[in-house]
Amino acid sequence: MAITSPGAARSRSKRTAPEDDVVVASHRNHAARLAAIAFVAPLVIYLVVFYAYPLVQNVAMSLQRYDRGTFVNGGAPFVGLDIYREVIGQSKFWRIVGQTATFTLVSITVQYVVGLALAVFFQNSFRLSATLRGLFLVPWLLPVIVSGTTWQWMMNPDNGALNSLVGLFGVDPVWWLNADHALMSVIIANIWLGIPFNLVILYSGLQNIPTTLYEAAAIDGAGPWRRFWSITVPLLRPVSLITLLLGLVYTLKVVDIIWIMTTGTGSSQTLATWSYAMAFGKGTSSVIRYSEASAVGGILLVIALAFGLVYIAVQRKQED
Amino acid sequence: MARSWWKTALALALTAVMLFPIYWMLNVSFTSRESIRKSQMFPFDFTTEHYQVVFSQQMPYLTTSMVVGIGTVVLTLLIAAPAAYGLAKLPVPGGRVLSFVLIVGQMIPAVVMSLGFYAIYNRIGMLNTIPGLILADSTIAVPFAVMLFTAFMRGIPNELIEAAELDGASYWRTFLAVILPISRNSAITVALFAFLWSWSDFLFASTLDREGGNLRPITMGIYNYIGAQNQEWGPMMATAVVASVPTALLLVLAQKYVAAGVTAGAVKD
Repeated sequence: MAITSPGAARSRSKRTAPEDDVVVASHRNHAARLAAIAFVAPLVIYLVVFYAYPLVQNVAMSLQRYDRGTFVNGGAPFVGLDIYREVIGQSKFWRIVGQTATFTLVSITVQYVVGLALAVFFQNSFRLSATLRGLFLVPWLLPVIVSGTTWQWMMNPDNGALNSLVGLFGVDPVWWLNADHALMSVIIANIWLGIPFNLVILYSGLQNIPTTLYEAAAIDGAGPWRRFWSITVPLLRPVSLITLLLGLVYTLKVVDIIWIMTTGTGSSQTLATWSYAMAFGKGTSSVIRYSEASAVGGILLVIALAFGLVYIAVQRKQED
Repeated sequence: MARSWWKTALALALTAVMLFPIYWMLNVSFTSRESIRKSQMFPFDFTTEHYQVVFSQQMPYLTTSMVVGIGTVVLTLLIAAPAAYGLAKLPVPGGRVLSFVLIVGQMIPAVVMSLGFYAIYNRIGMLNTIPGLILADSTIAVPFAVMLFTAFMRGIPNELIEAAELDGASYWRTFLAVILPISRNSAITVALFAFLWSWSDFLFASTLDREGGNLRPITMGIYNYIGAQNQEWGPMMATAVVASVPTALLLVLAQKYVAAGVTAGAVKD
């Protein structure tokens, strides 16, 4: 993506040989630098005030012991990493980490497999293929509150569409959103949400594989299955890696779909929803715990950034 | 051609499965209150009463969402377009670092951001205000916007810029008169996504604007139904349908811009 080399203005000055021109060019360069700073200054200020400041605020809160009173009036005592220790020491911490891992890994794996299958399928040109591919974007563009509430209703144990469906196969009604099944249910909805993203990215990756390769392989007698494993899979590897890593980073921090469907109850609690619940005193946490919420948020941040850096490293390597 | 018919049929079936939840939402929104629990495939007991409820109760929220959406679009464009020109065509000191920060910025969990914003807004009295929500929502769009604009503007031929400079145009003048008009399509893509993300935002709305009364967006209008003791599925689904209108318009009227946003690295999930 956006890795900028400020080469445009500099390369111009290299051409000029005579001394005078060099002086003029350095003047121009100086002016260009000033202009450049002026153009990006609003963005830099914006990033400091609206990204860095909230982030620092969050970290600062996790190092101080806040309650409702000190949150409003200030004066919360500094306690170092105590709150992190307490959070990690809680018996449910590792259970929630496990649920977060399950939610994330199952979601991105299934999204990827289904997205790839669809992308390969839509690579064929047939009547309506472009239109139908466009319609597949709908779940991704829809507000999550809309899809979340719809899934919640479809998973209603008494009258939901899903239980009518499984009933056709003679399966007893499932309590989709109870404590035991909640994780499975939010994963189903989240997979549905993420398929379009995978489809789009993988489809555009497939477009970059030269069709001559497939034609040559077909002439050599390779069937569709063989062509998929010998051409598509290896050549799509860079795009696949990027898609999965991005999916990982974005799925780790999901709050909305889970919160809307289950408020993070039972097995559907993840680090992100746990932090949200403690901060805003809703759902499973009836007491507001800013410090603990910030600490869980901080842990989540570290995990997300660790994978994010892997993503950036992979991307840079691919660009070189 | 004849051979590809089964592919169209299969694609139609797959699309139907994928879009079933949306069909179900429409179905419920047109089914009268008494029949909703029967879970029928079609709205046999057809009614538009739920939509009357929406238009009598949800208008303030829809208006707020509209205002917040437009505000987010304007703020995002104002910050992103000039910065992208700087990054794409001018020697920005530390430009690489800035680009790196933009990518990393997108990876910060929203719950972390909302907690930070909440504490700050609480101190300066910006909780439950429209400007507060616009500022927070814009953080979802600004990094994406800068990256999309930068990618496009880097492709603008330097000759165009040099010609303007030879005519004595200042950097600012060049940006306004040469760069912006060419970047029109990118600006539309940015505006569409910024609007859609702010319109869809749940996390900031439910934390920074949860006691805002009528100054809350439509996502909170729907969320109110979930919290209610006796869930009213009809009006809730009808509100959901109305809240989906921008998405539908986007897909019908602006699919080419959506595609542009996606292929330029639309990395939002």
